[in-house]
Amino acid sequence: MLLGFVANAQSPTKYGVGRTPTAEEIAAWDIAIAPTGDELPDGSGTADAGAQVFFEKGCAGCHGTNGTDGLAPRLVKRDVGELENAWGYGRILPIRSPYATTVWDYINRGMPLGAEGTLTPDEVYSLTAYLLFLNDVITDDQMVLDKESLPKIRMPNQDNWAQVPDWFPKQPRLQGYPY
Amino acid sequence: MGSKQDSRKQNRREFLKSGAAIAGGAALGAASKSASAQLEGPEAYIHGSDDMVAYGSRSRFVNSKRIPHGGRHSPDQFGLDFHIATPLQDQYGVITPSSLFYMGTTRGSYLPDIDPNKHRLMIHGLVDNPLVFTMDELKRLPSVTRMHFVECAGNRANSRMTTVQETHGMTSNAEWTGVLLSTLLEEAGVKEGADWIVAEGIEEVKGASSIPMTKAMDDTLLAYAMNGEPVRPQQGFPLRLLAPGFEGIFNVKWLRRIKVVDQYYMTYNDYGHLTQDPATAALGYQIGPKSVIVHPSGGMQLPGTGYYQVSGLAWSGGGRVDRVEVTTDGGQTWFDAEIRGEPQPMAHTLFAFDWEWDGSECELQSRCIDELGQVQPSRQEVGEFWNTPPGERIRVRGQDNSIQPWRIHSDGSVHNAII
Repeated sequence: MLLGFVANAQSPTKYGVGRTPTAEEIAAWDIAIAPTGDELPDGSGTADAGAQVFFEKGCAGCHGTNGTDGLAPRLVKRDVGELENAWGYGRILPIRSPYATTVWDYINRGMPLGAEGTLTPDEVYSLTAYLLFLNDVITDDQMVLDKESLPKIRMPNQDNWAQVPDWFPKQPRLQGYPY
Repeated sequence: MGSKQDSRKQNRREFLKSGAAIAGGAALGAASKSASAQLEGPEAYIHGSDDMVAYGSRSRFVNSKRIPHGGRHSPDQFGLDFHIATPLQDQYGVITPSSLFYMGTTRGSYLPDIDPNKHRLMIHGLVDNPLVFTMDELKRLPSVTRMHFVECAGNRANSRMTTVQETHGMTSNAEWTGVLLSTLLEEAGVKEGADWIVAEGIEEVKGASSIPMTKAMDDTLLAYAMNGEPVRPQQGFPLRLLAPGFEGIFNVKWLRRIKVVDQYYMTYNDYGHLTQDPATAALGYQIGPKSVIVHPSGGMQLPGTGYYQVSGLAWSGGGRVDRVEVTTDGGQTWFDAEIRGEPQPMAHTLFAFDWEWDGSECELQSRCIDELGQVQPSRQEVGEFWNTPPGERIRVRGQDNSIQPWRIHSDGSVHNAII
């Protein structure tokens, strides 16, 4: 009992409830990748390698052999020819997303469905490269994606989206809009 | 104090011992069978059984149910995507029963089956003290109990819909109990420049949303209970983040991690809600002032002329409902409805209006005015504000908070009057 009080008194927190995670725990849990790519791990991949992974890991089973004809979400931009405004290619992750980091992050956290978290960083870099290649975001299937080059990929919608406004309590949702 | 009770017990015991109770009971039973003046009883009597002890169930005559939203099958072919709407037309008061709460999934996940004893919440990132909590530890901390609605971005009405369940069923309201996120963030100590958090669930795709620190510190709640019992699995058991008044997707279910960060993270959920237009982005974030008349509503039938209580629900993502107005002549004249109960911030609020129907064709509408002075618009007003060319179909930007018109035909049938 006394020990408990001593421990609480030394705790930097007000309530002394909860524990401090280890650095290893944080690293294992932390799968969120910033647009600046801060958390990207070591490793690398190419579209060429990604095409292999796409079949080996069963991606094609749900997304279709071409990434266009499966039950799971389409992975290749709509077949609408060359567009001035890339928004028109559709809400398809590897073409709509303003940052390539979101593509990497989502494959890494959520795929393949039922076996999430089993892909190696190399495989995730390769799959990301493959999807960007299929969408003509990158044109060289030997281009190496890693933690340095991935955040530098310029996505066609990088500056083509609206940030939500700064939010403060008790403010109308849009200044000047009466509704 | 004891003597009165003792004497009562004594009398009762003597009465039972005498045999009069048995004889009297038999006599009463016989009388009820023979007397023709007795009212008819219930359909049957349900005998007590062991399986009625632990958890109650509703009457077999009550069968209101949720339906797939938007005319698409739920679940989808994978069995993972649910979008199901609550039967608002069958609801009384402002609490949505947990079993009937609407559900929208975060972009494709089976329902995680989580052992709360193994579940952990981690808070880390730009904080002085990263922390991990068990569910029991979270329940030790100071709690709040609050009413809040949750509403799906897809709660959008159109002219093809018939009932209020179809037009408005993707919102529900519950009493939530949990810990304010600000309590935990103060424990962790937020560092300078940490303007955002990323809240993340445990499901396959680990649905995550970027939420501004201003919201996280204001009224964001980590709820472990809804309507007096643990949060339901479809709502995020054992822990759900509630960002009151924000669109549904921000209310992260199966919450296991809060990462404190310095930038908008553009998570998959964030990306999925992007738009090109700043106004649309703003209008698809904090939910606007909104209301709908539930009685009467589409698909119902007025049995005849005379008195009706017109009633419905109003809410706003900006705060409390201040007033609700009702029109019975399609928007020519508006009357104040009566607010039932004390409006709560970002919570469904009940309103009612006394109405005599004279049997002529008419149109009922309601509009919500919230504490910020935001006024729920008609579709026409939205169209005019954004200079929609005449004849072009009006699309409400962002989240649809437009007025729902119900047309009463002279035969008493009620119809969706969206053009």
